Amino acid sequence: MTTDFYRRDRAQHPAPYAPGYKSTVLRAPFRPLHALEQTALDKTGPALGHAPLGPLDHDLIRNAATTGDALGERIYVFGRVLDENGRPVPNALIEVWQANAAGRYAHVRDGYLAPLDPNFSGCGRCVSDADGRYLFRTIKPGPYPWPNNGSDWRPAHIHLSIFGEAFAQRLITQLYFEGDPLIPLCPIVNTIADKSAVDRLVARLDLRNQEPFDCLAYRFDIVLRGRRQTHFENRPEGL
Amino acid sequence: MRDRLLETPSQTAGPYVHIGTAPQSIGRPPLINQPGPVIESNTGEAIVIEGTVLDGAGAPVRDAMLEIWQADGLGRIGEFGLFGRTVADFSSGLFRFQSVRPGAHAQGHAPHVALLIFARGINIHLHTRIYFPQDLEAMEQDSDMKRLEPEARETLIAREAGRNEAGLPVYRFDIRLQGAGETVFFDI
Ligand SMILES: [Fe+2]
Repeated sequence: MTTDFYRRDRAQHPAPYAPGYKSTVLRAPFRPLHALEQTALDKTGPALGHAPLGPLDHDLIRNAATTGDALGERIYVFGRVLDENGRPVPNALIEVWQANAAGRYAHVRDGYLAPLDPNFSGCGRCVSDADGRYLFRTIKPGPYPWPNNGSDWRPAHIHLSIFGEAFAQRLITQLYFEGDPLIPLCPIVNTIADKSAVDRLVARLDLRNQEPFDCLAYRFDIVLRGRRQTHFENRPEGL
Repeated sequence: MRDRLLETPSQTAGPYVHIGTAPQSIGRPPLINQPGPVIESNTGEAIVIEGTVLDGAGAPVRDAMLEIWQADGLGRIGEFGLFGRTVADFSSGLFRFQSVRPGAHAQGHAPHVALLIFARGINIHLHTRIYFPQDLEAMEQDSDMKRLEPEARETLIAREAGRNEAGLPVYRFDIRLQGAGETVFFDI
């Protein structure tokens, strides 16, 4: 429990100040981050992934349904939560939120003219199992316009919030969908300088894991920070 | 040659973070076991921590989501650690937690609360700490605090701000994202 986590490799993350995404201009700190040693507090975290969830929390097609299933392309999003050492992270809590199939959020502040879906809230949660595997079922969100450089368009995306075992692993991100032509045009995606890092935010179509005659599947693996290893430890298999 | 996997890159939480992390704030029912702004613990003095996240123009960040993680009043972490989550008020930008004043969780560290800030325009969450004015002596001995310039240290110390209607002591902690009085943010 006391081993430190690897330092965050900030080159793998978006730049805080990225003027192509205008909201960063007044919200990015001017001063560099101050590096600290990790304390025991940073190396532990809330056990949110050990508490029971609601039975439909992982099923966004049904969890806000009133008259029937949510409208849209039915998909599974699944994958594994691993740490940087390639070890599964069990009991990771994954919270997701997304727009509906038309690109509209069920949120008081979203004024996009596309219609709401009375059977869809866009809110879900799931927990990874002992092998780090997770799965939720949803509809593929639509792209939507937003005011930035005039009308920019977000590629279809799902927001994910992840808790591993330690506060130092905390992460919020977004997943995109393979083949979406809007990905390279998106100012938010482009806050990440490294194209191979962007590629790791793209969920891959996985036909083998479809539900036949029901629902497509997209695979998205998540990597959280890992703890420093001693040289005496064996490399995990399958890397 | 690197023999590790690379951490998944961060992306902004965006303006609709409430849907997935605080549905009650947009009028939807909370989910089971969903963390919120009120932390119940009988291990210490109950307190309120409130403040505003301010941008580089001094305007409140009204779409921020904030999380705290701290030792309990007895300085215990791990399974006794306390976690809370809140969102800024849609009109004023004020955020508020109810918790207990933390005990010291390690030798050489003054009691503090770890605080994360997420918002539209924040591409990777910001990590800071809240210290309390009663712990000035412990801060003198705190190796992390000792390495900060006095004005930087000042940005991490909550200010006593009276009591609320329920009689709980209120601590004010404003966060300045950018420019004059900029809060110290950490790489931990
Ligand atoms: Fe979004």
